[in-house]
Order: sequence, then structure tokens, then C-alpha cells
Amino acid sequence: MNRIKYTNPILLESESTVVVENNVRLYDGHQKTSFEGGELIITTHRILWGRPGAIARGQTCLALHLDLVVLVEEESSSAFSFSRSKKVLLHLSETTEESDGPQFTSYYNFIKLSFREGYSNNVIGVLNDLLQKRLWEPPSPEVSPQQHLPTIKLRTGIIGIERSLQEKQKATDESITVAFQDLDKLMSMAKEMVKLSRTISTKIKEKQGDITEDETVRFKSYLMSLGIDDPVTRDSYKSDNHYYRELAKQISDFLLSHVEEMGGMMALTDVFCRVNRARSLELLSPEDILNSCRIMESLGLPLKLYQFTSGVKVLQLSTMDNEIVAESTALLIEDNGSLSAEELSQRLGISITLAKERLLTTEKYGKCCRDDSIEGLRFYPNLFLTKEE
Amino acid sequence: MTDVEIDWPWQYSFPPFFTLQPHPETRSKQVAAWKSLILTYCQKTKTYLIDVREASQFSLFNNSTINRKLEHNVIISILSELHKTGNAASVDKAKNRWEIYWHTLEEWASMIYEFISSRGMQNTVVTLYELMHGEDTQEEEFYGMQQDVLIKALKVLEGAQMRDHIGRRCSRCKVF
Repeated sequence: MNRIKYTNPILLESESTVVVENNVRLYDGHQKTSFEGGELIITTHRILWGRPGAIARGQTCLALHLDLVVLVEEESSSAFSFSRSKKVLLHLSETTEESDGPQFTSYYNFIKLSFREGYSNNVIGVLNDLLQKRLWEPPSPEVSPQQHLPTIKLRTGIIGIERSLQEKQKATDESITVAFQDLDKLMSMAKEMVKLSRTISTKIKEKQGDITEDETVRFKSYLMSLGIDDPVTRDSYKSDNHYYRELAKQISDFLLSHVEEMGGMMALTDVFCRVNRARSLELLSPEDILNSCRIMESLGLPLKLYQFTSGVKVLQLSTMDNEIVAESTALLIEDNGSLSAEELSQRLGISITLAKERLLTTEKYGKCCRDDSIEGLRFYPNLFLTKEE
Repeated sequence: MTDVEIDWPWQYSFPPFFTLQPHPETRSKQVAAWKSLILTYCQKTKTYLIDVREASQFSLFNNSTINRKLEHNVIISILSELHKTGNAASVDKAKNRWEIYWHTLEEWASMIYEFISSRGMQNTVVTLYELMHGEDTQEEEFYGMQQDVLIKALKVLEGAQMRDHIGRRCSRCKVF
């Protein structure tokens, strides 16, 4: 009761009346007070109580700020009472403020509103709604967590859980859209950047001589690392076959030097990464790359697709032959005494998978033999066949 | 097992020797090398019985200097190969215990027959103990032979109608 204040029944800024009830008595805790048979007005900000007609005339009335209300519940009337009177319990939060209301101290942390003739509106629902909306707070979206906590506590029951789930969904939704906005921007920017670099490169071609040789070379190397100048895209071809053929040519042109560098063989995964890295924008699907690699051999290109018995697919120089590979690997093994896949991969600068495939191929040709121990799989020169008798 | 010095072949210190090779040609060479090694080893150490479960105790299957062991299933498959040429036979169904015949049973049989006939001991009763540990047989290769293997060899002779097996319980036999 000490939270209730005397006040003017004039509505505050942005405050509006929600519910009006008559014949209401106030209780301080369980104790009846002399404030009975009055008019109760629930606004978006406060609960106002006044003698009948007093509020309309603008006379002083009692007010309780909704900020102080923690929980609203209906007091269950005893089974024997048949009166229409309904009581609503308002649990209040602690306050340290000096009261200028009708009562200075109170033993109770709740007050009761007793509706002698019941209530015409769903008072409890309205109050709960208002407490959740917290319209009395300034309309800034940032709510400090301490202020936010009590509202979360209020959401009890299934509805509360559902609401919190909804809120979470909303938050993730928003963050996703924000993230993709960034990505879209990046893509559009990238397109412009590529265009820009192209115009610059043509300008350089035209104005060669104006810039020093050194700078031209450096700039060109930057452009090179940006990727393939004019990528083959599906849109520009009518049939898939034609598209794959052109793609095969481009991939083989681009990769030939790299494959030679890697010892004549490149795993298809590496091919995929390198080609797409070079294209940077018009990315290729693994299927497109596989299809175009398949037809490389029939097109007479310097690269061809080869599948090891284990299923590993590689792009290798068409001049390369399994027997030659086996021969050279056998020589390497002989030079080193024995080799594991890891050692071979380091020696040749190829991936471990490829190194292992090479060793297995060599074994298939009977040029080496394996030693499978707890230390791992190693390959030795095939002394069984060479050192006999 | 024994103190007998074995002349280990070069394969024995070659690590891939202890892994079954997948390449067919290589594998056949490898298995052949193993077969001859096992027979030589058993002959040198007079080993008649090999238990695969205790194979790691044999220096034959466990080269501690290069830290390599032959797997059990590989041992069994090599012994099965030996079985095909009559140089080994599994004693139990689980194929864990194997008798090794570095001479096949037929060879043993003819060896015994020659010994008997060279001494003119046909139609004489000879105990198995005499054959295995007798003074006369000290020079022969079957000296110290295991009884089970000896009986099997004699059974071969029996099949060839050259021997009458009298009183198995008394462990005696007679060769015609």
C-alpha cells in the first residue's frame, strides 16, 4: 500500500485508458482499507483509483505505477462463497522511495483489488498484456538485460516457452539476412573489381611504354592471380557437349603447366580447387569438371582423366603411362632403400593419396613389395623377384 | 627353442618378407621362400610340431632384430601350402597345431625301410623306442623322432604291405 501515491488523474504523455471498472475496493495485503466502492481505471502506465466521479472531475486520486507490479493473479475465492465479488492480487516490487501516499509503511508486498460486482473486462489479461508491453518505458529498442529479466520471468507456461522460441527464431532470421546482405554486396563488388582490372589491363596494353617495364610486369602478375580472363560459362553455349568441350580445352590449357610441375599427375579434387580459384566468380560444379575431364582424352588434349583401381581419379599427362610411373617409382625406392607414401609425397611434392596410388601401381607391376607393420605401410624394392638365386 | 645356429636366408632380414604380398608373382616367390625356410629350420632344430598360437616364441616367425612378426593367418596359409606337398599336417581342427615333415611321410618310410633292410632285420620285431632312441639308430636322421610322426610313417609302410603292425599298445612293429 505504501507504493500507492496521491496524484492528479490527468493522463501522462502517451498514456491512454484501457479499462474502467466500478465499485472496487483496495486491500493492503489481506487487510481491508477505507478505499471502497471507487472507480478503477487501468491505463497503459498506471492503475488509478478514485471516489465515484472524482476522476472525471479531475480531483485527486490514488495511483499505482505499473512499473512496480511484478505479478498479477486472481485470488481463488473459497468454495463456500457464492458472492460475485472477485479479487485480483497485485504483487509489487520493493521500493525505497519515500511514500507521499495514504500509507507510509506496509507489511505486505502485495495489494488486492476487490471487484464487488465482478468485472466486465478481462482485467487480469489486460494487466498481463500491459506488463509485457511496458509502454511506460521510453520507446527505445535497446532494453538493458536487467530490465528485461523480469519480463522473461513473467512468461510462464507453454505460451511463454513458445514466445521465447519465436523470439529466438526471429533473431536468427535477422542475423542471417544481415550476413547475406554482406555477401551480396561482396559479389556485386567483385564483379566490378574484375571489370575494373580488365579495363586497366587493356589500358596498359595500349599505353605500354608510359609505365616502366617493372611496374607493368608486377601489375600483370596481380591480374594473373585474379584469375582466368574470360571464363567459359554454360550460358554461352547451346548444348552441354559443346560446353564441356570448350571447358575441357580451357582447363587443360590452364592446368598443363601446373600438372607438369606436380610430377605429371593431379588429383581431381585439386583440379577442382585450382580451377575454381582461378575463375573466382563463374564457379564450376564438380560434375561439370568431371564431365569435361572425361572427354579430354577423346579431344586429344595433353591431359587425360585416369582412375586408379582404388577409385581415386586424377588428371595426368597423356604422355604418362602406368609402366613409366612404376619404373620411375621403383628407381626412387631403390635409391632410398625403402619408401612410405608420406616420404614419396614429400620427395615428389605430391599429395599423399597420389603417392600411395603410385606405390600401389608400382606394386601391381611387381616392381616393389610391401611391408605392412605397426609402423605403417612401407615399400621396398622387390628383391623376391630380382634377387633370386 | 634351441641353440642350433640357423643359416638365415637374406629374406629373413628383409621386412617385406613378413607381410603377405598381394602381387601374385611376388607372393608365390615369397611363399616358396617361407616354405623352404620353415622346413630347413625344423630340420635343423628337430622341430616336429608347431603351435601357431605360440609362433612368436619361434625365432623363425619372429625376427626381433628388425622387429617383424609373421601374422597367425599368414602362418596358417603357408602351412596349408606345405600341406599340399605333404610336408605338413594340421593335428587339430582349428589348425592351430601342425606337424611338420621336412621329409614327407613317404620319405621317412623308405628311410626306415632301408635302415631295416640294410641290417637284415626284416621279419624281426622292433620296438618304436628302439627306432627312436636306440643305439643303432643314432646315426640315422629319424633318431629322436616324435612317436606320432613315426607311427604315421610306419602306417605308410603298412599301406605299402611291407610291414605288419603288431600290438600298438606294446609299441612294437615288424617289417617284412
